Amino acid sequence: MFGPLIAKPGSSKDNKTGSWRTVKKPKFLQKDCIGCGLCKQICPEGCIVGEDNNTYEADLSYCKGCGLCANVCPKKDIEMVPEGEE
Amino acid sequence: MKKFIEGSHAVAEAVRMCKPGVVSAYPITPQTHIVERIAKFVADGELNAQCVNVESEHSAASLVLGASMMGERVFTATSSQGLILMSEVLFNIAGMRLPIVMVCANRALSAPINIWNDHQDAISLRDSGWLQLFAEDNQEAHDFICQAYKIAEDHKVMLPVMVNMDGFILTHGMEVVDVAEEKTIDKFLPSYNAPYKLDIENPMSFGLLGDPSVYLETRLALHKTMEETLETIPKVGEEFASLFGRKGVDLIEEYNIEGSGTVVIAMGSVCGTIKDYIDGSDEDIGLLRVISYRPFPKERIRKALKGAKRVVVLEKAISLGSEGPLYTEVRSLLDTDTTAISGFIAGLGGRDITFETLDEMMNVVKESPGERCRFLGVDSSLLKEEFYV
Repeated sequence: MFGPLIAKPGSSKDNKTGSWRTVKKPKFLQKDCIGCGLCKQICPEGCIVGEDNNTYEADLSYCKGCGLCANVCPKKDIEMVPEGEE
Repeated sequence: MKKFIEGSHAVAEAVRMCKPGVVSAYPITPQTHIVERIAKFVADGELNAQCVNVESEHSAASLVLGASMMGERVFTATSSQGLILMSEVLFNIAGMRLPIVMVCANRALSAPINIWNDHQDAISLRDSGWLQLFAEDNQEAHDFICQAYKIAEDHKVMLPVMVNMDGFILTHGMEVVDVAEEKTIDKFLPSYNAPYKLDIENPMSFGLLGDPSVYLETRLALHKTMEETLETIPKVGEEFASLFGRKGVDLIEEYNIEGSGTVVIAMGSVCGTIKDYIDGSDEDIGLLRVISYRPFPKERIRKALKGAKRVVVLEKAISLGSEGPLYTEVRSLLDTDTTAISGFIAGLGGRDITFETLDEMMNVVKESPGERCRFLGVDSSLLKEEFYV
């Protein structure tokens, strides 16, 4: 008898790590964003997408709420807000 | 062909004929002669394998894990401190369902450092998910190797097997061994056909994160498969017997049990001493030798002990603060109202178990049956309440 033993490539996508978030989530204000992309680079989950000024956002089904993006943003355009807040 | 050889070399011969593609081990007494001889086979071109030097047993186990994942048949061997240094990897090998075969030359654990025989090393890894077979003599150690691969590589099993042989007593003991014919082994053990392996054409991952939603099932599957091997082991033993013309592996061996009121239970080479003791005794004593410690053959043991009034467990390991581990398990199978079950610890760190030791044991059984954890052959002058140098 075998249990789950082997994973085929691509299984990370099935693992919705957003459920690991406990207290806060990032809120992309999209006001003063200069499109530097630092938030996208620093995100350990690679779940931030965006190209130009004021277009960046996080995929909350994978975001673990670590807050690195808010911390690195030079324009303070990302805020960590409590879960449930719009 | 019958040869007068050392136990380690009998094992090395068997490994050579099973044709592993990768062998890795780290020297440790009393195992060293096994891999030393295998390395010679490779150097002399008698075995086409990669013999990889490593810096520790942890690395040796990791290396054979990796090679097994690549679909190779592999071999390693160790003892005592080496085995417990491997332990992290051994649990992984079982969890990753890799059919690795290793030999453990059973030896005591430190401290104090002791290179001589007991079973504490293997018993301490009983929960690792490895099948554990205990050989009584060098013929069995030789014969268990190809049977171990056959059991491990069964696609319904895919679990590692540890063949245990008593350090020095067997590994360095010279005996006549009927060395198998290579062509018979080839017939018995086809080359390993891995049902899953690392392959760039068909990428997959092993041993990755198993979160709370899947972990429990992987352990259940290991346990169920272990239980299923209670049928695989004797089946492979029968197949071996029909091809090789001598006894194959089984879960237990019964010796003079029928009609005997007292049955001694033990494992490994000490069973030879007990058989001689029984043959020379006027009393009705039988022996139940546990060959497969994991999986533990509960039903077979219970059935074999049906008529026994007194059951005596003699073991070379102890669960400190409790009692002998084999004793605990045997006791859990029997009705203590009708059967007196005594437990004895002897032979630790290579102390010889002689007829005098067995006389002492049988006297305790008569005078105070049901002792749970009595040490035999104790020199009480060595024991003091104060620290001393």
